[in-house]
Amino acid sequence: MTSLDNFRLEVRQWLETNCPESQRQPIIKEEQIWGGRRRIFPSPDARLWFERMRDKGWTAPDWPTEYGGGGLSAAEAKVLEQEMQALGCRPPLYEIGLWMFGPALLEYGSEQQKLEHIPKIVRGEIRWSQGYSEPSAGSDLASLITRAEDMGDHFLVNGSKMWTTQADKADWIFCLVRTDPKVPKQEGISFLLIDMASEGVSTAPIELISGESEFCQTFFEDVRVPKENLVGELNAGWSIAKRLLKHERKLMSIMEMMVEKEDETVVELAKRYVGVDGTGQLRDNALRTQLTRHLMNSQAIEWTSYRLFEQHGQVIKDAGLPLIMKHISTTELQRKDELILAIMGNRGLSLKDAEYSHKEQRLVKNWAYNKAQTIAGGTSEIQLNIIAKRALDLPGH
Amino acid sequence: MTMVLNEEQRFLKETVNGLLQKHQPVTSLRTLRNSDDELGYDPGFWQQLVDMDIPSIVMPASYGGLGFGYSGLGAVMEEMGRTLAVSPLFSTVVLGGSALELAGGTPHRDLLPEIAAGKLTLALAIDEGHHHQPRATATTLTVANEGLILDGNKVFVLDGHSADKLLVVARSAGKPGDEYGLSLVLLPRETAGVNVQRTSLMDGRNAAIVKFNRVELGPEALVGTLHEGWSILLQVIDRGAICIAAEMLGGSLEVFERTMAYIKEREQFGVRIGSFQALQHRSAEMYCQLEQCRTVVLKALSSLDEGCRDISLHASMAKALVNQCYAHISNEAVQMHGGMGLTDELDIGLYLKRARVSMQILGDTSYHQDRYAQLMGY
Ligand SMILES: Cc1cc2nc3c(=O)[nH]c(=O)nc-3n(C[C@H](O)[C@H](O)[C@H](O)COP(=O)(O)OP(=O)(O)OC[C@H]3O[C@@H](n4cnc5c(N)ncnc54)[C@H](O)[C@@H]3O)c2cc1C
Repeated sequence: MTSLDNFRLEVRQWLETNCPESQRQPIIKEEQIWGGRRRIFPSPDARLWFERMRDKGWTAPDWPTEYGGGGLSAAEAKVLEQEMQALGCRPPLYEIGLWMFGPALLEYGSEQQKLEHIPKIVRGEIRWSQGYSEPSAGSDLASLITRAEDMGDHFLVNGSKMWTTQADKADWIFCLVRTDPKVPKQEGISFLLIDMASEGVSTAPIELISGESEFCQTFFEDVRVPKENLVGELNAGWSIAKRLLKHERKLMSIMEMMVEKEDETVVELAKRYVGVDGTGQLRDNALRTQLTRHLMNSQAIEWTSYRLFEQHGQVIKDAGLPLIMKHISTTELQRKDELILAIMGNRGLSLKDAEYSHKEQRLVKNWAYNKAQTIAGGTSEIQLNIIAKRALDLPGH
Repeated sequence: MTMVLNEEQRFLKETVNGLLQKHQPVTSLRTLRNSDDELGYDPGFWQQLVDMDIPSIVMPASYGGLGFGYSGLGAVMEEMGRTLAVSPLFSTVVLGGSALELAGGTPHRDLLPEIAAGKLTLALAIDEGHHHQPRATATTLTVANEGLILDGNKVFVLDGHSADKLLVVARSAGKPGDEYGLSLVLLPRETAGVNVQRTSLMDGRNAAIVKFNRVELGPEALVGTLHEGWSILLQVIDRGAICIAAEMLGGSLEVFERTMAYIKEREQFGVRIGSFQALQHRSAEMYCQLEQCRTVVLKALSSLDEGCRDISLHASMAKALVNQCYAHISNEAVQMHGGMGLTDELDIGLYLKRARVSMQILGDTSYHQDRYAQLMGY
């Protein structure tokens, strides 16, 4: 038995002992555990599960122990992930800091910044928000205009950020700010951390088509930001920004696993809503084919993501492979939602009427919400541009 | 599960690639086609594969198998798909050889070394209608005074015109649609009552229509157990579908790469056409599709090597997805080459035609989608 096999056994035992039964049920949005100063646990079990995982550092399994992480190797972290999946364990913490900001800070932050911010992310004490997009800077992110002026002992920030997810609940926000307007646009951007409690920061929620309003526009009016909150060099924020986007896209390609786990498979749902004939075959042949297409594609995507994992540390790699994951996963996720609504027929048309079950409404809400998947984190069209350029080496203009 | 080739398998792939570049580039297919070659493949090339021990790759070690496994064989098929190489490898080894190996027992199993030595070629006669529907087999096999009588018609028999022996799926009991009652028999192509009509397919692949007019066979012709041929056949079809998918993947990759090279070079409106976003996005989508197909083929091959339970599911996924991929990419390839894509001078059209023919081998997209759904229970 290899040490990895041993580790697997230990992990399995530990999870079986420590993961409460209720935390092994399929996760729905309302029961996700989010961090932050104002965190509220959805249930005592959720709290217990979170605290146990936190104490092992397994909210961030492969981050270094000196910053509170689990210190696992990539292979060990994969084992933990697989065992959690096998047992159906819910993620113990949902947090942008964990998924996107932390990995970037570990790479680019100063020792002091890491010691200050990373442990709080692992322990779910601080909730982060992302301040990239602006009303006039979306896909063309580098054209952003929110300004940070060097005032000697601090920066003075003015401007606004758009689509800042959960900014009204966040404690801190990492922002891209313009620190030099005279140079080419990518070269005058800096990466700045801002405490949401600072004077001059305010948020206004934006209601979405799913009926939720997890998004805000965040305004900065003469906000004073200490100099030590600059990550990396002045005007060198763009490469950090891009690296962080990589983490974001990676996250979005596994979103389906992270965010929703229904207690029923799409096949079961289809049988229930569409019905089957005497031989057990779905009554709607066209839907049956659509379902097959979806299942085959999503299996192919899942395996592809595993194939990518297998290639870590290998000499021979398909260099273009990481670039496709966000696009193919989010596109298929939307196809799945379209399929689910088709399956539900006229039961899949309401966001709030009490005639419709919680679950029916939730599925409709997901359908609407997931339209964001191919937009946020760089739209599908931008992903295709990147694939064409970097994987296929097609010429620019 | 691994979707990464090991060093030996990679070496094999590169060696075969080198061999193909040298001895079976696409021009070889043109030569065979334009000369209406009687055999339909180059025996010298087949001998080279034999010399490299390729036919014994997936045979059990006691028969000289090499241990590259299906992942290794798939890599060979993929490379052959790139240059559209024609050889008895698929019919003789993947289909015929598998059936004999799975049936076990003498005398059939003893034929495996002959296959490995390149002395025996086989063809599997399975389809009867316009579409692949193995359960619908109506060709009859009747037991009569110690012997067997084979009667019926087969179509789309790959290599049927040239193979030394034919392996025929026939119904000895039950009715069309049943799995029970299917049997396999092996007979020399040149048996009295067997009529072979070669069909010339647009992609240069070899096939035939074979008629069996009350062909009398001895009991030793039976491969496996009477009425119980389905369990063998099912595995043969799975292996075949996966290996042909590997070949088709190779063709898809090649025609895609050639297209990318073309749009990087061809200029219109004073710029290279590859700079147009309309072409870039479609190219990127093709790349996504190709990488997913590559995954599924690698996974299915490794499932064969591991004896995975879900092999039929994986085979159907591989065939259905690669069918769609090859069709899509070969069509896009023609479109992106513009008028040049329609000329016989360019190879692009050869891939378009190969894709079409391959899509019908051992089940088209609908067949495998339906089979997948049945296996998944909906
Ligand atoms: C749910 C959700 C959450 C988000 N969360 C955050 C967050 O937390 N923080 C944050 O900073 N931002 C966030 N965003 C913003 C997100 O990053 C932007 O929406 C995204 O980058 C697209 O910008 P845009 O909305 O301005 O669209 P636009 O850039 O205006 O795009 C409109 C359309 O034009 C297409 N297009 C644009 N440029 C090109 C091109 N070069 N080639 C081809 N087509 C092109 C796009 O693909 C799109 O279809 C979020 C967005 C959503 C929907």
